[in-house]
Amino acid sequence: MLELLASTQITKAIEMRLINQKPGYGERIVLGALPFIAILIAYQIGSSIRLAENPSDKLLPSFSSMGAAFWQMAFTPEQRSGNYLLWLDTGASLYRLGVGMSISALMALSIGVLIGFIPRARATFAPFISAISLIPPITVLPILFIIFGLDEASKIMLIIVGTAPVMIRSLSQSVTEIPSEQIIKAETLGASTWQMIVRVVLPQTLPKLITAVRLGLVPAWIFLISAEAIASTSGLGYRIFLVRRYLAMDVILPYVIWITLIAFTLDRLLHLYSKRQFGWAHLGSGAL
Amino acid sequence: MSFVEVKNVAVSYGDVRILERVSIAVDKGAFVTIVGASGCGKSTFLRLLLGQEQPRKGRIFIDGQAIAPEPTPERGIVFQRYSVFPHMTVAENLILAAEFEKSMCTGRLYFGARKKAFAAIEETLQKIGLGHARDLYPSQLSGGMQQRLAIAQALMKKPKVLLMDEPFGALDPGIRADMHDLLLNIWRETGMTIFMVTHDITEAFKLGTRLIVFDKIRHDPHEPSAYGATITYDIALKNGKHAGLLTPVLSGAPETMNGVLAHV
Repeated sequence: MLELLASTQITKAIEMRLINQKPGYGERIVLGALPFIAILIAYQIGSSIRLAENPSDKLLPSFSSMGAAFWQMAFTPEQRSGNYLLWLDTGASLYRLGVGMSISALMALSIGVLIGFIPRARATFAPFISAISLIPPITVLPILFIIFGLDEASKIMLIIVGTAPVMIRSLSQSVTEIPSEQIIKAETLGASTWQMIVRVVLPQTLPKLITAVRLGLVPAWIFLISAEAIASTSGLGYRIFLVRRYLAMDVILPYVIWITLIAFTLDRLLHLYSKRQFGWAHLGSGAL
Repeated sequence: MSFVEVKNVAVSYGDVRILERVSIAVDKGAFVTIVGASGCGKSTFLRLLLGQEQPRKGRIFIDGQAIAPEPTPERGIVFQRYSVFPHMTVAENLILAAEFEKSMCTGRLYFGARKKAFAAIEETLQKIGLGHARDLYPSQLSGGMQQRLAIAQALMKKPKVLLMDEPFGALDPGIRADMHDLLLNIWRETGMTIFMVTHDITEAFKLGTRLIVFDKIRHDPHEPSAYGATITYDIALKNGKHAGLLTPVLSGAPETMNGVLAHV
């Protein structure tokens, strides 16, 4: 009898529409891991086939040779300079990314709030920012190299040029989305424009700034790697484009995974920070 | 001299006339409820009183003074939604007015001054029944609690006139009755002049000392936007009961009044 009941339940589950069959916690983890495992297996197969034909093949190095190369980059000082290259590159890239994104975030917050909140500022700056944000940032890279030289400044500037206009627009948009009821209420409570900015607008915009930074990090990485690839002497992008000349896939692939890991970690940290700092913004559903 | 005076006011958005020939004089301490069909300009009328919008024609006086062309603490406002600050707790929402007044630069009080401000709102918190919820954020409150907070917040500056735009429109009927009691108590205590827009005509009769109806009395079938709405009925009520004084302000109105009453 119990078996019969169980079997009818199973048939019922099968009869259910695909959209209503929801995986449990364990199943979700297994399903989520599947694509990763699949690509690792596919790589392993491809790699061993090529290595069986030619043991010195460079295109699909084995996991062990990638591990060894990564280990060497991380923990063996380079003979000529005595630097630990991975950490040198990571530090240089994170420094550029950090300074660039900080300046972008500050610009987005200040100009975004002005445009979103003060009609005269909007009339003055909104068309300009819209126009600027249409310039493909890479096209100004030569200009930046000429003006700021090949040093850090031009790379940081490229990150700013590439991310600030979009972030300013998204921030000013989120300021205009603050319900006008709130602004009017603040006025009837006797607030000045400045007081409304610091007590009503900024606090509600800061969580959106974190979101804007998280979204801005995606193009920021692109511009960082591009700038480093073209003119640099250190950095994650510089390294992978340098060793490309020797077809050193055993360095490039771990570096790509390393960059991805850093990007993922930054994104998670920002998300956690937003949740801790702006708990009220995450109370409702739908927050990213 | 009347406390609130609206003199021959007209509003239009482009070619669309919203309000025309609106005149009314309201005594101090009156509770004016405003009803009318959707889109007939009752909320526009409230925004005029608030100073959020400017009339194309006519003037508005409160206490003998022409009103400022922007919202000021002289006129409090309660909206149907979004009128409390989601990033502040209940108590923080209530001390905000004091913070604006005392701290020009940061709009924020610190240490002793902040404690004092919290102590000052303690009685209000108890009165609106939110003492237990002082540290919750608005999104953690029920709709009725949010509106109680909104009303209390609007009263922090002791406005001469309280404006309410369908304040209870989103609430359940039972909660609405509680809110009515709370509002009437506050009104009797403070003797404040209240203007309240509502969709619910029973509510309008129950709460008001005076009920005004907005409607269009002139129609141009070829150009529906050619004429705006005006006050078609102005009914004196006493203690929430019909005082029997039904005054058609303008001829041609009875039909529309029946239309309004038919919603009950």
